Amino acid sequence: MSRLAVPKTYKLYIGGKFPRSESGRTYEVATAKGAFLANAAKASRKDARDAVVAARAAVAGWTGATGYNRGQVLYRIAELLEGRHAQFAGEIASSEGISLAAAAREVDAAIDVWVWYAGWADKYVQVAGNGNPVSGPYFNLSTPEPTGVVAIVAPQASSLLGLVSVIAPAVVTGNTVVVVASETAPLSAISLAEVLATSDVPGGVINILTGSPAEIAPWLASHADVNALDLAGAERLDWVDLQISAADTLKRVLTPVTGVPAPSLDRIVAFTETKTVWHTKSLI
Amino acid sequence: MNFLEYAPAPESPSILHLRKEYGLFIDGEFVKGHGKPFATISPSSEKHIAQIANANAKDVDVAVAAARRAYDRTWSKLSGADRGKFLFRIARLVQERARELAVAESLDNGKPIKESRDVDVPLVAAWFFYYAGWADKLDYAGLGASPAALGVAAQVIPWNFPLLMLAWKIAPALAAGNTVVLKPAETTPLTALLFAEILQQAELPAGVVNILTGAGDTGAALVNHPDVNKVAFTGSTAVGRAIAKSTAGTGKKLTLELGGKAANIVFDDAPIDQAVEGIVNGIFFNQGHVCCAGSRLLVQENIHEEVVDRLKRRLSTLRLGDPLDKNTDIGAINSREQLDRIRELSDIGEAEGADRWTADCAIPENGFWFAPTIFDNVSTSSRIAREEIFGPVLSVLTFRTPAEAISKANNTPYGLSAGIWSDKGSKILAVADQLKAGVIWANTFNRFDPASPFGGYKESGYGREGGRHGLAAYLQTSIDAGASRTPVAARTTITKKVTK
Repeated sequence: MSRLAVPKTYKLYIGGKFPRSESGRTYEVATAKGAFLANAAKASRKDARDAVVAARAAVAGWTGATGYNRGQVLYRIAELLEGRHAQFAGEIASSEGISLAAAAREVDAAIDVWVWYAGWADKYVQVAGNGNPVSGPYFNLSTPEPTGVVAIVAPQASSLLGLVSVIAPAVVTGNTVVVVASETAPLSAISLAEVLATSDVPGGVINILTGSPAEIAPWLASHADVNALDLAGAERLDWVDLQISAADTLKRVLTPVTGVPAPSLDRIVAFTETKTVWHTKSLI
Repeated sequence: MNFLEYAPAPESPSILHLRKEYGLFIDGEFVKGHGKPFATISPSSEKHIAQIANANAKDVDVAVAAARRAYDRTWSKLSGADRGKFLFRIARLVQERARELAVAESLDNGKPIKESRDVDVPLVAAWFFYYAGWADKLDYAGLGASPAALGVAAQVIPWNFPLLMLAWKIAPALAAGNTVVLKPAETTPLTALLFAEILQQAELPAGVVNILTGAGDTGAALVNHPDVNKVAFTGSTAVGRAIAKSTAGTGKKLTLELGGKAANIVFDDAPIDQAVEGIVNGIFFNQGHVCCAGSRLLVQENIHEEVVDRLKRRLSTLRLGDPLDKNTDIGAINSREQLDRIRELSDIGEAEGADRWTADCAIPENGFWFAPTIFDNVSTSSRIAREEIFGPVLSVLTFRTPAEAISKANNTPYGLSAGIWSDKGSKILAVADQLKAGVIWANTFNRFDPASPFGGYKESGYGREGGRHGLAAYLQTSIDAGASRTPVAARTTITKKVTK
């Protein structure tokens, strides 16, 4: 008799912990052909708000970490993801209905995205900042800084690669995020949370919600303690309403993209603020 | 006559050759507007200066069409070097006509001539000169090879630095290869119209810059025009928020430079004399009509009394009066409406328990005036500590530790600027790291330079003006290229939804 498998309970990832939805709700996740895979937690407004609280609490520590340190943490995520390559490939193949080879390529790409962004942690300030030659006896330096808490609607297709491609550019600078995973294929997001939990990513830096983006995104878009909104995966939602709602507190907004956003410095800089410091030079 | 008194030394308005009436500047010509014309007055005397045309929605259509035509046929075909040469010409013409522009600005806005002459107009020339040089060097702006212009830029500017804000908007837009429709503020259209004459002298191709005078509805029609690719707005956070909503889903690239409630932090190891000068410059420069004004003085508790005493002594020496007089430190409040708002908030400050002190100075009979005022012992919850007053009113709060100063400084939805006064460089840098503000002045305040990016965090807006960063607001990045937008039909519904 073959061994009976031990299936996993998929929960949310908030503040470095794995709670169930406070609402007690779950929804069924199925393979592309409709077979039962798991019950995923269906996050509520309260879960979203809890995630924002956790993300806000994590800002000071993560922003205060050195770029070298953040780079190593992001690289560590790539290392652990590599170690669980087969698990992710299997999970993606079954939930997205693609071949194991195609799923493996997606995992490869996701790992490489982490490595690419990891290298930016201690460089983006050099490239996006500037020393400014002002006309007067002043030292004048512009440096980009993380904007704070970023709420993200992850791409709905390519569940792991899409997710990683929106989280990494936001957190590499020191932002913390609340991300709503792909609705139909949320399992690899929660498995990624297991990687994050063991990769020295401080609790609260990346918070992952599963459930209905249409239900959760409006609460994040209107939340006054969220600084920025990435609507990458919101193409099929009423995203203009989300953008309008975000304008109440003048959040920085990125509009939906088709497919998976390509790695770019622009995505990093989009969620930074340029701070310019003038300092007098004495007359000698 | 004591040593503080000076004989009047007014700059003569005879240098100006103003027309009785000004039209809209569209497609290189002054044309009639189709809205009801309005008068621009001098806020220091309430005297009529000129009759100004008022652009209605139809005029906005014509101006945007002219800008689009100029973009398609002329401006986008010119080399960067030639665009740069036009901007250099403009910079030179501004320098040549500097005195005239300064007098016109002080007359129309109410700011002291020493500020318009020594700050506003020289910076206008500097801004055009700086961005002129970028026009053929965009490959080096850090936005990839040959970054593309956006198209037609709609720009709406405020009344506090009328010509300077025009320069901040037009110079980078043209350098990047865009064409412009700009609306100056209703109360300060004069220097923008003189600038239109400068553009004619510079032989800038028709339609590259169009200037529409009018009020809020003209501005709304302009930013919501479907054929505009870029919107740049400087003004109140309330209007900025409305623009962010009405442009949502349109794919228009938006930069906003909005309100502020800056903390000016004075530590007990600061050079006190310099700090007092800096506090005065921070809040009384331009009658406090400055979005980045240091309107909240955070002073360390043990030097609180000394600083406030010295401040009162210094303020008692400021001369308030005729903006055209070279001795004037404090000019007129820009409009009756603004004066009413300053009075209202000041009365609220008093009612909420803060200690009010006002410099003892004679107030001219006509015009709009508000004497320099300090509120001491202001609580963090008071409206004068939270809301932008946009006038010569300083709120004083105290702190004990750097951590408390930082937390009080950041306790605002705004994040435009901040000041730090201390002789200890390491302390300044550590505090600057923690402040959520786009511009931080250490042992100085209210410094501006075309090479230095300016703009806010949080509800002070987004995007930067000035420096290399200022170009990004007018060029396509990879994100703009992939931005989503809704179809035009849907956009009209959206505009209706948020503007009703």
